[in-house]
Amino acid sequence: MAVAQPKQDLTETRLATLDLPQGAGWAREAREAALARVRDMGLPTRRDEYWKYTDPASLTQPAPPRAALFEATDEAPLFSEIDRLRIVFVDGVFDPDQSDDLSLAGVEIERLSDALNKDIHWARDVFGTLEAAGQTPVARPLAALSTAFATDGLVIRATGMAAKPISFVYLHRSETSDAMLHHVVRVEEGAELTILENGPAAARFMKTMEISVADRGAFHHIRAQGRDHERRAATHMFARLGEESAYKSFTLTVNGILTRNEHVIELTGDDAIAHVAGAAMGDGKTIACHHDDTVFVTHDAVNCESRQVFKKVLRNGAEGVFQGKILVKPGAQKTDGYQISQALLLDEEASFQAKPELEIYADDVKCSHGSTTGAIDETALFYLRARGVPRETATDLLVLAFIDEAIQEIEDAGLQDEIRTRLQLWLERRRRG
Amino acid sequence: MLSIKNLHVKLEDEDKQILKGVDLEVEAGKVHAIMGPNGSGKSTLSYVLSGRDGYEVTDGTAALEGEDLLAMEPEERAAAGLFLAFQYPVEIPGVGNMTFLRTALNAQRKTRGEDEISAGEFLKLIRDKAASLKIDAEMLKRPVNVGFSGGEKKRNEILQMAVLAPKMCILDETDSGLDVDAMKLVADGVNALRDAGRGFLVITHYQRLLDHIQPDVVHIMSDGRIIKTGGPELAIEVEKNGYTDIVGEVA
Ligand SMILES: Nc1ncnc2c1ncn2[C@@H]1O[C@H](COP(=O)(O)OP(=O)(O)OP(=O)(O)O)[C@@H](O)[C@H]1O
Ligand SMILES: [Mg+2]
Repeated sequence: MAVAQPKQDLTETRLATLDLPQGAGWAREAREAALARVRDMGLPTRRDEYWKYTDPASLTQPAPPRAALFEATDEAPLFSEIDRLRIVFVDGVFDPDQSDDLSLAGVEIERLSDALNKDIHWARDVFGTLEAAGQTPVARPLAALSTAFATDGLVIRATGMAAKPISFVYLHRSETSDAMLHHVVRVEEGAELTILENGPAAARFMKTMEISVADRGAFHHIRAQGRDHERRAATHMFARLGEESAYKSFTLTVNGILTRNEHVIELTGDDAIAHVAGAAMGDGKTIACHHDDTVFVTHDAVNCESRQVFKKVLRNGAEGVFQGKILVKPGAQKTDGYQISQALLLDEEASFQAKPELEIYADDVKCSHGSTTGAIDETALFYLRARGVPRETATDLLVLAFIDEAIQEIEDAGLQDEIRTRLQLWLERRRRG
Repeated sequence: MLSIKNLHVKLEDEDKQILKGVDLEVEAGKVHAIMGPNGSGKSTLSYVLSGRDGYEVTDGTAALEGEDLLAMEPEERAAAGLFLAFQYPVEIPGVGNMTFLRTALNAQRKTRGEDEISAGEFLKLIRDKAASLKIDAEMLKRPVNVGFSGGEKKRNEILQMAVLAPKMCILDETDSGLDVDAMKLVADGVNALRDAGRGFLVITHYQRLLDHIQPDVVHIMSDGRIIKTGGPELAIEVEKNGYTDIVGEVA
């Protein structure tokens, strides 16, 4: 289908500001193919069904709006207590000086630019491939844009048990930075890898991660998108899962003018599991807040399990969106699919839009989905206050209780606590004003 | 201690008067009991005193040790020393009992300008009180009142009271739904707290509780008013003859 003229103009205006990175061979071909996909699809606009609830204008305009830097100098950065391999990006550029050596038992790590310059590389089966496969039935042109143009990112291959988590730390140092990252991950048969991500990243942050998990491999992902209020971010996680493999991802988001997190997961091997969870807290009091989780899970094998658990707490005009789909392909029998999205609206101005979808072409499956929007439980609030807990503290206790069901989706108890304590701390700081 | 004068209360959203001039004075060191037919306004009185939304005070006053209760937020009333053991304790999924109680205790102490209690001290305090109420440690780890039996919820109210050590305790039908042994535990819990500086207002339908918690004064409430006040013998009269005679005699 031909791309309408306004969309074409929008796309070409944006493309005019970008240069296809140097290079030859397979990587260059992959980038050119991705660029062709971008042109075929056109960049998203509000008129696209998939962007009905979220306005992508600030994500597609040539340069990002300015975003103030946010630094909490008086608290230890997230995950500091965790033994991890720390890799730092400043405004979307890998910073070797601040990073640990890229060496870790059980894992191979390379910079994207290095990996793509090698003639023979395992990454050619993944780079741009999962993203391209994830373009149907729904177009995700921003991800194709990152395949075509992202110059930085990491290429990671787990060949055994990773000795410790790999932690991406995204620092934001320029108010006008426009960062685009592309990470490629391969978890080999029976291997296991945990990736942590946190930090404000850039004024505008586009990030794509492609993750291929071989049979019996396991991939864990814990991410915090924290409190830089003026953030505009669009992230994509494309995952393909082999037999008896596992993909578990949790994201904590606080504020942000615009955050769209997409997961596109394909269960292609029997007995695989995919768990995706998210907890978002948005306050639109001083700066607008819009948070969008968009998940597409495709069951294309027998006896697989998928779970989506999303919780949002919104106040002062903050907007939440959840679009979640479970597609069960013909033959994907014994599928167990579950999806819940819940919003707690702390006032009348906050809003939540949910579009849960099931599409099932197999007859022996168990799929359920639900979505709720509710206010704070006044009876519980009064009970707490009657015991002497001030209203704000009582509200926070109820908020934490509400969100905890998403945090419990994190498998590692230590990381659960890290997220929980951090959230508590942030809420306390917020109360102190 | 607690001084209520001519208290008139209506529902906020409805034109319905519930309390129609309540006068009540609970002195420090005394236990007052309120009995009265269903729907006479006993729980409403306890809610209005503790600051629940949905009611409008149209006339009268309520003070705790001379401080105007009605002008305070619920949490300020609690910090000032008011405690209500709820007729229907509330379940709060996701909030642990221990976290809840420690947050409450420390919030009250902070409001009063006292130091926070340390985790160790708190643990000792709560273990001690829980043991005397035969509440096992496992229950304390669970979310507030979630999965508690009716009787366990009531005992949990008394545990909270014991830990928070308020000056003025209002117990709204804490005895209903309790078996004989639990009733005795609850009564022991209350009696252990009785002292010269503390007042009690015990709302009940049954003389049985008052066998264990000897009241100094018994009031009968009917249709939003205290219609009769007497000694412990009044409760025995109610137990024997019901409210019809008393209500009739006053009307
Ligand atoms: N929020 C409310 N909305 C509507 N009616 C109310 C509300 N609160 C109290 N009432 C009414 O006010 C009256 C007094 O109720 P209240 O609960 O105070 O009675 P009570 O004396 O505690 O009764 P019981 O012995 O059954 O516990 C009842 O008629 C009740 O239905
Ligand atoms: Mg009642």
